[in-house]
Amino acid sequence: MALIGLLAFGLVSRSDDTSLDQAVARGERPVAASRELPMLGEAGTRSVADLRGKVVVLNFWASWCEPCKEEAPVLAAAQQRLQREGAGTVLGVTWDDSTPDSLKFVAQQSIDYPNVRDVGKKLAREYALKGLPETFVIDARGRVAALYRGQISQRWMDDALDRAIG
Amino acid sequence: MRRAALLWALIAALAGPAITLGAAPKASLPDVEDEVMCTSCNVALNVAESPQADRQRELIRSLIAQGMDKRQIKARLVSEYGEDVLALPDSSGVGLTAYAIPLGLVALLAAALALGLPRWRRRSPAGIGDNAAPKLSDEETRRLDDDLGRYA
Repeated sequence: MALIGLLAFGLVSRSDDTSLDQAVARGERPVAASRELPMLGEAGTRSVADLRGKVVVLNFWASWCEPCKEEAPVLAAAQQRLQREGAGTVLGVTWDDSTPDSLKFVAQQSIDYPNVRDVGKKLAREYALKGLPETFVIDARGRVAALYRGQISQRWMDDALDRAIG
Repeated sequence: MRRAALLWALIAALAGPAITLGAAPKASLPDVEDEVMCTSCNVALNVAESPQADRQRELIRSLIAQGMDKRQIKARLVSEYGEDVLALPDSSGVGLTAYAIPLGLVALLAAALALGLPRWRRRSPAGIGDNAAPKLSDEETRRLDDDLGRYA
């Protein structure tokens, strides 16, 4: 009996969680998961909850991920818009990437928004991360307004920000 | 002049091995590679083929070059990638339970068998005997004889 229970748990825990995607597709705004994570290249921690009241573009990335490089200009433009409008910020989250590699990537791409390190991938699991890059746009009330699993386009980013900023 | 040359030769002779020893790496890539995971591909790093695996190998090489031993390198990898990077659980602390629990279960099973088997053996003949020859009532004996008589 215990063995069957264990097997069932294994199957359930391995299955892809699509509940967040389905909820957003239905037009709902599920509460965004939040974890205090260490900042990349500086002391201290940062979380989505710390940024409540602001729009947050949460972007999971790694230096070894080619599409992450491709979409960097889109995120840079999003950060410029959010700063200009005083609406919020992009928050980068490194995934399976060493600190030196991540810092090199930040310098190469001239990234000027904050980044945190998801060591142990706990935050990634809460967002049911399936690959890289993935982007979640979180509104000022801390709810997921839009998400994209893959390389984002300028058009998608603009639409998602319009929806989140309102 | 000759004295100075001799002194330098002596210093070089003494310092040479020390310098060589100091520069000797305390770990090797193959030695570390088979004990850690490529965390994005979920296979051991020594068989992983991916950009992330290559980055992990580069990091290990740089840590070896810094003079770190295997334990220090693994600790650094955990701080960079989390506990999932270890292919084998740590042999101390919480990781010890991964070894202790199966060993404990095997020991419990062995103890149960050691205690249970002799008892089972002692009981078995009597139990089998009881089942093999159930006592029949007079009525049952009569009915059985009737049934057998019909097929005779």
